[in-house]
Amino acid sequence: MKFRSMLAAALGAIAFSTTVAAQQPLKIGFGMSLTGALAGNGKAALIAMEQWRDDVNAKGGILGRKVEYVYYDDQTQPASVPALYTKLMDVDKVDIVVSGYGTAVIAPAIPVMMQRNMCFMTLFGLNPNGKFNYDKYFQIMPAGPQPGVGWTQSFFDVAMAMNPKPKTVAIVGADAEYPHNALDGARVHIKKHGLKIVYDKTYPPNTVDYAPIVRAIQATNPDLVYVASYPPDTAGMIRAANEVGLKTRMFGGGMVGLQYASLRTQLGPLLNGVVNYEMYAPEVSKKFPFLEKIIGKYQERAVKEGVDPLGYYLPPYAYAMMEVLGQAITATKGTDQAKLAEYIHKTTFDTVVGKVAFAKNGEWASSRVLMVQFGGIKGNSLDEWKGPGRITVLGPSEYKTGNVRAPFQDNRK
Amino acid sequence: MEAASIELFVNAIVAGLLLGGFYAAVSVGISISFGMLDVVNIAHPAFIILGSYIAYTVNARFGFDPILTSVVLSPLFFALGLLLYRIYYLCFEKRGQESLRGLAFFFGVLFITEVTLVLIFGVDYVQARTAYTDATERIAGIDFPLRLVVPFFVSLAMVIGLQFFLTRTFFGRAVLAVAQDQLALRLMGVDPVRVKGLAFALSIATAGVAGALLIVILPVQPSIGREYIGLVFAVCVLGGMGSIWGTLVGALVLGTAESFTATFFGPSWAPAVSFGLLLATLAFRPAGLFGR
Repeated sequence: MKFRSMLAAALGAIAFSTTVAAQQPLKIGFGMSLTGALAGNGKAALIAMEQWRDDVNAKGGILGRKVEYVYYDDQTQPASVPALYTKLMDVDKVDIVVSGYGTAVIAPAIPVMMQRNMCFMTLFGLNPNGKFNYDKYFQIMPAGPQPGVGWTQSFFDVAMAMNPKPKTVAIVGADAEYPHNALDGARVHIKKHGLKIVYDKTYPPNTVDYAPIVRAIQATNPDLVYVASYPPDTAGMIRAANEVGLKTRMFGGGMVGLQYASLRTQLGPLLNGVVNYEMYAPEVSKKFPFLEKIIGKYQERAVKEGVDPLGYYLPPYAYAMMEVLGQAITATKGTDQAKLAEYIHKTTFDTVVGKVAFAKNGEWASSRVLMVQFGGIKGNSLDEWKGPGRITVLGPSEYKTGNVRAPFQDNRK
Repeated sequence: MEAASIELFVNAIVAGLLLGGFYAAVSVGISISFGMLDVVNIAHPAFIILGSYIAYTVNARFGFDPILTSVVLSPLFFALGLLLYRIYYLCFEKRGQESLRGLAFFFGVLFITEVTLVLIFGVDYVQARTAYTDATERIAGIDFPLRLVVPFFVSLAMVIGLQFFLTRTFFGRAVLAVAQDQLALRLMGVDPVRVKGLAFALSIATAGVAGALLIVILPVQPSIGREYIGLVFAVCVLGGMGSIWGTLVGALVLGTAESFTATFFGPSWAPAVSFGLLLATLAFRPAGLFGR
């Protein structure tokens, strides 16, 4: 009798604790740039991630558990990231971790994840796992299995399709993780196509005047100028190109910042002729029907919170990152990190950005970075960008809407 | 080919001088507060950014020129500087705790200002729009981008005006005197605390104007001020503590070194060359270029 009572009590306790665990929120922890150089994108990403959380919780959560975020501002400071994630896991005891935005803050988090064998979904890092080769790392940015190469592929494909073919190229970027990786990718294409590098330098991110750099580039008379830059230097390089009167056949490539409203409205007609990467353009909206839902809801909230009112760049992918995670947790019925990683590796997911599948190294199985050229921009109003008409999609071929207009300087006349 | 090299050389010098003019504007306030008053106002760049955002707001809402706006609103920054110094003096300087605790105070002011700007204006980059933002004059192959030329002349006017004020007016001489010997000044019947307060307020007023120059030159977000902390103190030290002319010359030297290095040797080397020049100057002239 006594044994049966004890057994009944034990079974009851197990059932109760399982119920309690199931009712405990599913805590997802991350750092995000809410201040600092990348805060504009960080806040936009956070809005999209919160949208996902709210959508999921409205349907009862995941495995009966409400999703709860625990996040801290990484201030776009890579040095703060390891301690931040250690606190999330050791003190806040989160169940799942995801990354903040950008190569600079993803890379320092990876060793921490490796130590703790955590499954790590990441948001827009360009090959931060290249040296670590961590098997539980996943990247939602569609750069392809060789990220640096995939990131720069379209620029050089478009360039080499010009007649006559270009012969020389200048490459320049900020002294930071992302630009370094992008320039490494550019060098692969340059070598493949037999182009001659006539300028290959980096600059400190806090440079004030970029005209000396652009002038030095002009002195080498390059056919192509590939730039890998962050938002403030993107603005600086484009302004400098205008002031110096840069003459080249194609200019742009990997400039972060041109995807969102603040820089587009600031630079306005200075963008005419610039060739750059994009994740989405209204001109190809029919190819991305699933994005309308997320962008519409995002834009309502973004205006109130003073972040990028367009939301074409990061928010859809931030939402998709959480969709992948949510589907994996549901399918594996828990938060076992090894099972999550195994499931994500072998599955093709349906998300707001379309079908997402991962290569062995955790990057996208294939690249889907658009290369576009700006044109016909007359003023600095946001209305210029709300619909199609200012962007020609140059590649990949399945998204192409037109050909490149070269040389670059003729676009300003 | 040779003409192109000469053109490149001259453009590098001109770009450096224009950049140096801007550096002088952001540093001249530190030359007063740190160089003359011995107040380590590490929050000076935050007030520059505050000036940027106020100039931007007026420019975006009413279309007024940001630099003119900053001049008109400089009394507000002056008043803010008075208030800030009063707090600093009562809490730290009066008790002899200005060195470490005073520094911590200004760090706090820096972060509070930054966070306040984030809460009010958000985190996106903003830049003022003027008729001259995107305009460039090209004379004999030399580029004069007006977004740098206009701030250069405003900065020059501000520096010359300050120098004139400090050397030719009674109050200005009182500021120079308080930097030399506060006790002697008190014996002359002048309250050094009042003089320091007014001088500190003047330094904050210059920060407001410098902020307007900054937002004409490049996009700004609330935490960008931290990137100028090293620069403003370096210019002040290179020029000679408390020397307004020294600040101008030091800024022009650093700006030209940066531009020249970026053009001919690679922009990555620019900070190393600039600060190497600073160290070399201090090795031979520890008081700075114009210091005593």
